[in-house]
Amino acid sequence: MKKGSEIIVECLERENVKHIFGLPGAVLCDVYDVLHDSPIDFIICRHEQAAAHAADGYARVSGKTGVCMVTSGPGATNIVTGLATAYMDSIPMVAFTGQVPTTMIGDDAFQEADIAGITRTITKHNYLVNDIKDLARIIREAFYIASTGRPGPVLVDLPKDIIHSKTKFEYPEKVSIRGYNPNLKGHPKQIEKIAVKLSEAKRPVIYMGGGVILSNASREVEELAHMLNIPVTSTLMGLGGFPSNDKLFLGMLGMHGTYWANMATNNSDLIIALGARFDDRVTGRIDKFAPDATVVHIDIDPSAISKNITVDIPVVGDVKEVLKHLNEEVKKRIKSKPKRTEWFKEIEKWKAKHPLLYGDGKKGYLKPQWVIEKISELADDSAIITTDVGQHQMWTAQYFKFKKPRTWLTSGGLGTMGYGLPAAIGAKMANPKSIVVNISGDGSFQMNCQEIATAKTYGVPFISIVLNNNSYGMVRQYQTIFYKKRYYATDLDFNPDFVKLAESLGAEGYYVDDEKKFIDIFKKSLKSKLPVVIEVKIEKDEKVFPMVPAGGSVKDILVD
Amino acid sequence: MKHIISVLVENKFGVLARVAGLFSARGFNIKSLSVGETIDPTVSRMTIISAGDDQIIEQVIKQLRRLVDVIKVTDLTGEDYVDREMVLIKVNAEPKVRSELMQIIDIFRTKIIDVAPRSFIVEATGDNDKINALIDLLRPFGIKEIARTGCVAMSRGSKSKK
Repeated sequence: MKKGSEIIVECLERENVKHIFGLPGAVLCDVYDVLHDSPIDFIICRHEQAAAHAADGYARVSGKTGVCMVTSGPGATNIVTGLATAYMDSIPMVAFTGQVPTTMIGDDAFQEADIAGITRTITKHNYLVNDIKDLARIIREAFYIASTGRPGPVLVDLPKDIIHSKTKFEYPEKVSIRGYNPNLKGHPKQIEKIAVKLSEAKRPVIYMGGGVILSNASREVEELAHMLNIPVTSTLMGLGGFPSNDKLFLGMLGMHGTYWANMATNNSDLIIALGARFDDRVTGRIDKFAPDATVVHIDIDPSAISKNITVDIPVVGDVKEVLKHLNEEVKKRIKSKPKRTEWFKEIEKWKAKHPLLYGDGKKGYLKPQWVIEKISELADDSAIITTDVGQHQMWTAQYFKFKKPRTWLTSGGLGTMGYGLPAAIGAKMANPKSIVVNISGDGSFQMNCQEIATAKTYGVPFISIVLNNNSYGMVRQYQTIFYKKRYYATDLDFNPDFVKLAESLGAEGYYVDDEKKFIDIFKKSLKSKLPVVIEVKIEKDEKVFPMVPAGGSVKDILVD
Repeated sequence: MKHIISVLVENKFGVLARVAGLFSARGFNIKSLSVGETIDPTVSRMTIISAGDDQIIEQVIKQLRRLVDVIKVTDLTGEDYVDREMVLIKVNAEPKVRSELMQIIDIFRTKIIDVAPRSFIVEATGDNDKINALIDLLRPFGIKEIARTGCVAMSRGSKSKK
C-alpha cells in the first residue's frame, strides 16, 4: 500500500522528471515530504505564473515534458496564463494543482477554485482525481497526452484527501485511451500527390511553423529545400528550424516579416505549409492571401487543416515522419535539381526594393536592431534566446540569426508579456552549458522580474537585456500610426532603476547608452556566474518595420 | 443548415461540459443536446443538433474529435438515419373541449398520461416535424407547460456505430 503523495512522486520519477517548477502550499505538504527523499529537484519560483513559464521554457529547450506544481485556489489560478501560453504554442507540460478535499469540493472552501473548469479550454486535457485508485493511471496518461500528437499542457488536480489516502500501487506500463490515437504517418497517396505537384511547381515556397521544431524535423526540411531548391520562410514559432544564414532562407513572413518573404509567399504557385496554422498574423486578409498557390498542408492536428485557409492537399501526420516519406518520393522523381532562376531573380528584386535597414541612433540612445545584431554576433550559434512580447520580440525575430532549433523561446500564440525571464530560467536548467539571453522591454520585464531572485537562488546565470523606451512600445507604435499620435495608457514615464532593481534581486546590473560600452559589458556578462541585467536606452519613437496592418494584405505593407 | 451530430463519449463527469464548452467557446448555438448511456455503461451517446454552414460544422466535428474523452463523432446529416424526440405537454382541457382534444391526440397516436379536472398531460414521441405539428395544434387550447427531451438519432440499417 502506498500513500497518494508517494504514488505521485514515484510516477514522476518513472516519467524521468528531473525538475519541478513550483510554489508551496499547505495542501501539498505531504508531497513535499516525499520529494525530500527524491532525486527530483523542486525549483521554488516567486510567482506561480513564472513556474509555469519556466516549465514551458524547460520543455522547449529539452524537448521533454515540463512539470510545474502549485497549490490550490490562487496558486492554481495563477498558472492559467502559463497554461494558455503553452497551449497556444503546443508545448508539452504537466501541471499539478492542489485541491481541497473531495468532501469539500463545491463548498467554497478556503483556497478552492474549480481549476479543471477554469482551464478546460486552455489545456489539451485535464483531470480532477477523485479516486485514489485512478491516480497512477491519470499521471501516466497526463504525460502521454502532453507529449504525443500535437503536444500541449495537461493539468492534474489533486484533492488533499487523495494525496493522503492509500492504495495498492501499480504503475500502468501501457497507456490505452480509446478516444485518443494520434496519427503519425501521413497518407501515402497524398504524399505522392505532393511529390508530383512539387515537380511541376515553378514558384514554390516552404512555409514552416513551430511544428517543425516540435517534431524535430529541421534536417528533413533542409533536405527537401536543398533537393528542390525551394526558398523557405518561417513563422515566428518556426525560427531556428532552418539556418538563417542559408541562402534559401527568406526570413520570417507575416505582419512583421520581411517584405520579400511576404511577396514570395503571396506570389508563389505552391505553398508547402509544415506544422504551421495559417495564423492571422501570417495571412493578413485571408481572401488576398497567395491567390495563385496550390496549398499543401502537413500537420499532426486534423483540426488545423482548412481552419483558416482552404487546403488543396492536406496530410495529417507528424511533420518529421511525413517529410521522411516525401523526401523519398521526391528522390525517386527528380532527375536534376531545378535552378528556378526566374523565381530567385524575382525574390532578389523584392529584397533589393525593401531590405531590412535601420539608421544611426541619436547620442545617448542605442538602436535596438543594432543591439540584437550584436548579440547575435557575440553569442555563439547554440545560444538560447528568450523574449517577452512587443517590439523587442519582433526586432529579435527580424535581426537575430537563429541557426539551430530549440534556441528560440517566445510566446507566439498567446503573446504573453512576462514570459521571457522565467522561460530563460527553465531553458538554462534544461541546458546549463548554453548561453541564455532574455531580450525584453521595460514593460514586459516588470511583469516577472521578481524571478531574478529564483535564478540567483539556484545559481542560474543568464543575461537579461531590457530595451528601455519608457513605454509600452508596440501599442504606442499603433497609436502613432493608426491613432494620429494620440498617446494614451502607453507611457511608462516612471520606471524603476533597473540597475538597482537587478542588484537588489542578486543580479549584476548595468546601464548602457553607447555602442562600445554595450559590447564590453555584454562580453563580460557572458562569463558571469550571476544573472545579469543590462538596461539599454532606446528611443521612444523607434518602430518595428515592415508592418502589414492587422486585417490588411501584403499590398498594404508599411516599410517605414 | 441543420446538422445532427452523434457523439460517443466516455461516461465520466465533466465530459458534457467539455463538449458543450467547445460549442460555446466558438459562439455556436446548440439547438438540442441529449445524453444517455449506451449498451456499454462506460460510454454515453450525445445527440447534438446544431446549425451552421458546412465549413463551420466540419470545424466543430474536428474539434470534437480532438477531445480526449470523445470516442467517435458521426455527422448523420448526410446519412440515412432515424431521429426521435419525446415531449410532455400540459394542455388546458376544459370539459367542453375534451373530446376535440382527445381526437387530435388520437390522430397523432400519442397518449394522455395524466388527467386533472382542467388539464391533460400528453406524451408524444416522433421526429421533430411531428412534435412541432402537435404543439401547433394544441396551442389554441392553451399550453401550460412543455418538457422536450431533445432529439436522439441513429443511422439506419444493421451497421453499428458502437
